Amino acid sequence: MAEIQIKNVAKKFGAYQALHDINLTIADQEFMVLLGASGCGKTTLLRIICGLETATEGEVWIGGRRVDHLAPKDRGIAMVFQNYAVFPHLTVFENIGFGLRMQKLPDDEVRRRVERVASLMHIEMLLKRYSGELSGGQRQRVAVARALAMEPDVILMDEPLSNLDALLRMEMRAELKGVLAESKTTAVYVTHDQVEAMSMADRISVMHQGEIVQAASPIEVYRNPAAEFVASFIGNPPMNFLRAEAAGDGKWSVAGNVIDGPRYGKSPLQFAIRPEDMQPAGDGLEAKVKIVEPLGAHLLVTCEVNGTLFRAVLDSDMEVKRGDMLTLAPQTDRVRWFDPETTLAVA
Amino acid sequence: MNARLLPYMLILPVTLFLCLFFLYPFVLVAKQAFTTGAGFTLDNFREVVSYWKFPISLKNTLLLAAAVVPIQLALSLLMATMVTRMEKGRDLVLYVWTIPLGISDLAAGLIWLAIFEQSGFLNSMMHGMGIVDKPANLLTFQNPGLVFVAIALAEIWRATAIMLVILVAGIGLIPKEYYEAAEVFGASPWKRFVRITLPMLRPSLQTALVLRVIMAFEVFAVVAALGGTLFPVLMGETYAYQFDLLNSGAAAAMALVILAISIAATLVILRALRVPKGATI
Ligand SMILES: Nc1ncnc2c1ncn2[C@@H]1O[C@H](COP(=O)(O)OP(=O)(O)OP(=O)(O)O)[C@@H](O)[C@H]1O
Ligand SMILES: [Mg+2]
Repeated sequence: MAEIQIKNVAKKFGAYQALHDINLTIADQEFMVLLGASGCGKTTLLRIICGLETATEGEVWIGGRRVDHLAPKDRGIAMVFQNYAVFPHLTVFENIGFGLRMQKLPDDEVRRRVERVASLMHIEMLLKRYSGELSGGQRQRVAVARALAMEPDVILMDEPLSNLDALLRMEMRAELKGVLAESKTTAVYVTHDQVEAMSMADRISVMHQGEIVQAASPIEVYRNPAAEFVASFIGNPPMNFLRAEAAGDGKWSVAGNVIDGPRYGKSPLQFAIRPEDMQPAGDGLEAKVKIVEPLGAHLLVTCEVNGTLFRAVLDSDMEVKRGDMLTLAPQTDRVRWFDPETTLAVA
Repeated sequence: MNARLLPYMLILPVTLFLCLFFLYPFVLVAKQAFTTGAGFTLDNFREVVSYWKFPISLKNTLLLAAAVVPIQLALSLLMATMVTRMEKGRDLVLYVWTIPLGISDLAAGLIWLAIFEQSGFLNSMMHGMGIVDKPANLLTFQNPGLVFVAIALAEIWRATAIMLVILVAGIGLIPKEYYEAAEVFGASPWKRFVRITLPMLRPSLQTALVLRVIMAFEVFAVVAALGGTLFPVLMGETYAYQFDLLNSGAAAAMALVILAISIAATLVILRALRVPKGATI
């Protein structure tokens, strides 16, 4: 049992506040992805959980035990580093067995465990090699195997797939997820690749400028973004935004259309809709087509609505060309609303 | 220009320079060592090796190297680790520690002589504190051990810094993440030093040890200043052949003997600290 609790954690580097009051609970055996743009504090948070960095404030609990004063080795964790950190002077075998040797396990136990995780990661034929003789993907597997060999309660991974090519990344994604589910390990996985996050996570924590903006299941994060940042960060292309003026009684005027919306005391609001949640129809938003990009399965159309950039994903059979006028009807149950002052979602 | 030839063209000037000023004199020395008036001979070698002072100067040289180099290795590793850990004032400390490097070996010998001689600091201090009745010359034939210690101390003081700078540079090249990985996987600071720093430092250790060991076999001025004739070493004998006995053939033979010992030691060091193929950083 290893639930991770992060309570009011803040981190300052000198005067720079890298993390603000982070609160997060990661359930036992959960696969939690920390997702955010470069520099938002993902690595810093991971290193605080790991113990390589000390929080300026707050507490870290793992498995019901407060650990923020403990050394990394006493926290029941293992880590996969962003650039592998596979020791170059040791063979693959000794790399995977490094942590076990530090625990002074007997030789045959080390051998048994190393061979088990090596076969799990499909690197049993590489055990005698040095890291200089491995490809990036193989080194990656060694780094994961080294962490798994510890049989940790918690495994921390910092962008472990970022240096791989697209195909290998896709392969490793599925493999890693399977291996971790089988080993019943709680996983915290850092990435800035939203496809990776969506496909692997049980839950995603979206981070922005040192704060966790939303922590929810991938589909929830995608469908019901808690803030404008999440809406514009997740999804490719991201959500469209339009200014909405109150038209009384839960009605909002969006680019000349009157649309049902929330009853809300303030005006204006931001009207938001995903590009794939619109259909050409007789009645709707007037859009002037700027760019048409055929993507095979779909047609990505970039238009202008009321002077604002607006994207729609349409059926690839549609005949659209630059300069056309489209009328796009938003799917009403997919429309979301945000308060531009707080940037938070309005129910 | 042919891309395969280019590297050779680029090193040509240096190669020519080396041939002219190192290889040519070396050939001359070798010729001197292997000839007398009447063509090729090993007489010069026979002469120097059978001289009664040869075994003792060989023994002294090797003994000094064996005593000094390991201490210097340990010291320079300790100092390098400490310097690397420092966050502030690291450059200043490094400068201070490397000052002895800027002092010639004869001057270094004289500085330590000033400490140990009859009217030196050590005597004055011991006399002042009433430990001895009157100042006495410590570096005499009655105290061979003390002579050895004084020479070893001077050598350690003088030449540890050369190893230190090489090791500091080497440690700086080891990426920090290896230490973090080792820490996460349970290695104590000492284990990190033994399992990460030392093995990854092998190329620098090779360089530092080779340089230092060769220097140790060439020890001369410090010994001359502190031990005089009490502590004969190989280089001192070479000097004596050349300038006191005016026997340049024997001097050349001695020089080649020292060279042979140096090469042998270098090979041993390179072999012992070699990095397997594929295991480089
Ligand atoms: N040791 C440090 N000293 C000072 N500032 C730091 C330090 N480490 C990180 N920072 C700053 O803290 C912020 C968060 O850094 P962090 O490494 O956590 O970002 P990240 O989300 O992992 O980014 P990336 O996706 O690029 O890896 C950055 O602005 C960074 O400049
Ligand atoms: Mg990072």
